[in-house]
Amino acid sequence: MKKPWLAPLLSALFFGLFVGVWYLATSAGAPAAAAPAMDPEYAALMGTQAQAGGQSAMPGPGEVAAKIWEHLSDPFYDRGTNDKGLGIQIAYSIARVLAGYLLAALVAIPLGFVIGMSPLVYKALDPFIQILKPISPLAWMPLALYTIKDSGISAIFVIFICSLWPMLVNTAFGVASVRREWLNVARTLEVSPLHKAFQVILPAAAPTILTGMRISIGIAWLVIVAAEMLVGGTGIGYFVWNEWNNLSITNIITAILLIGLVGMLLDHLLAWVARAISWRE
Amino acid sequence: MNALPSPDRLPVSAPPRQAPADPAVNKSPYSMSSQPFLKVEGLKRQFAQPGNPDPAPVFEDVHFGIERGQFVCVLGHSGCGKTTILNILAGLDEATAGHVIMDGREVRGPSLDRGVVFQGHALMPWLSALKNVEFAVRSRHPDWSAKQVREHAVKYLELVHLGHALDKKPAELSGGMKQRVGIARAFSIEPKMLLLDEPFGALDALTRGSIQDELIGIVEATQQTVFMITHDVDEAILLADRIVLMTNGPRAKIAEIVVNPLARPRVRETLHQQPAFYTLRNHLVDFLVKRSREFQPGPGWDAKNPPLVHPGQSSQPA
Repeated sequence: MKKPWLAPLLSALFFGLFVGVWYLATSAGAPAAAAPAMDPEYAALMGTQAQAGGQSAMPGPGEVAAKIWEHLSDPFYDRGTNDKGLGIQIAYSIARVLAGYLLAALVAIPLGFVIGMSPLVYKALDPFIQILKPISPLAWMPLALYTIKDSGISAIFVIFICSLWPMLVNTAFGVASVRREWLNVARTLEVSPLHKAFQVILPAAAPTILTGMRISIGIAWLVIVAAEMLVGGTGIGYFVWNEWNNLSITNIITAILLIGLVGMLLDHLLAWVARAISWRE
Repeated sequence: MNALPSPDRLPVSAPPRQAPADPAVNKSPYSMSSQPFLKVEGLKRQFAQPGNPDPAPVFEDVHFGIERGQFVCVLGHSGCGKTTILNILAGLDEATAGHVIMDGREVRGPSLDRGVVFQGHALMPWLSALKNVEFAVRSRHPDWSAKQVREHAVKYLELVHLGHALDKKPAELSGGMKQRVGIARAFSIEPKMLLLDEPFGALDALTRGSIQDELIGIVEATQQTVFMITHDVDEAILLADRIVLMTNGPRAKIAEIVVNPLARPRVRETLHQQPAFYTLRNHLVDFLVKRSREFQPGPGWDAKNPPLVHPGQSSQPA
């Protein structure tokens, strides 16, 4: 017997359990921390934070929920360089990811096509790919900053370089493993090379290419946070780092949740495209 | 001595709209009468192996001819190079030696003149049945409008009784239906010759029977010249005018070419009641189980002119 509601129920249960533990862990320290008396002058210097005494900066679930609500109700405010709405920050990150990612697709898919079609080109380029692929995209950052000189474009370059490899390798693999018999059909029908590429090879390899694109968008979204922490200025990565400097754990947790949510949406978007173009034998 | 054309199966190019599209069809009166429509001469195929520059050829010294409108089956065991011969005829593979001449021109590379039905149906799984056929029609007639292409494709799908499944993807079709789409695709380009590579090998007996009937119908309607590979004796008897018998590989040869004496139209249900049926069948089975293995070229045997055999007739021409 199927119980479709069982899994969501269990999810809700786990969530409740997690929030409960979190609540207990953060509320336990509070009464003890209230004890030590505070020098009023020191308190004046340190501001409101210190009036709570030595209380942990780790917020409880209630505070985080309130913060999330606060961000959600006004996501696009802009009060200067270091105080922009979460919506603006995430929009910057998404824009950077999409720019780098689309550029990478523009390079990787045609190049992967050529590599997949020609064993010679594959062999010639393979050593380069092998060496370049495992390099952490952030290792390129200093080089990018030095040569490009613009931190925003450098971040896009880092996204470009990290999205490139999975798409390149998957496209080449997908193109190289198009079934011989379909190519033979195209040959006996005297299909022109261009038609063959777009009407036989591309649809045949599309599911493999999409798998590469899905891996790439995942990596790109992982990397953008780190890249923005380095280049600063705008973006969700910069926001997280800035809030670390402000020691606002509540904001950090909110941002973390948002990063996860957007990553999931990007992945689902590509999964949806992949389903649309996939075929079954 | 050359095989005579079977009595007047001259092409009338049945799809009537298409008659003028192929001038070669009508020039048979002045094409050299001594030359068959398709001529295979001295064909040999070696597959290079690492460390062995001169391996035994799969087949060698293969000569035969096919007349226009003839249905020729090749019968032989796996490994005798039947599929390789078909691929060479299709232009998908190249012979190590020898050549193939079709309609006065040497076969070099694949061409729309020769339609191929592949062993696995080779349909593109991302296209519907109709789109698969349309893909072929469009490459044959790049200048046609979308409507023309569609009508032409639908016509051929209806010929194989798939008018109800036009928009189904191959994954939604049964094995037999897939192969019928493959047949419709090959016929839809109206090639000068059709090559079928064990098209029914993967089908169950019942499905195979009904598709064979469809094939007979469509071949009779189009007067198509057909070269078909099979290892099914009954299939060869039902379909073929000539049955080419190949010995076992390596170094496979054409042992003989059997003339099918059974009258057309042939109907599966009553075929075995024709007196010549069992003589022919026994002859073929006997070849497959025994002589294909033991065949030794006798003194009268000439690779360039494999003997034409008429099973059941007392005086067998050498």
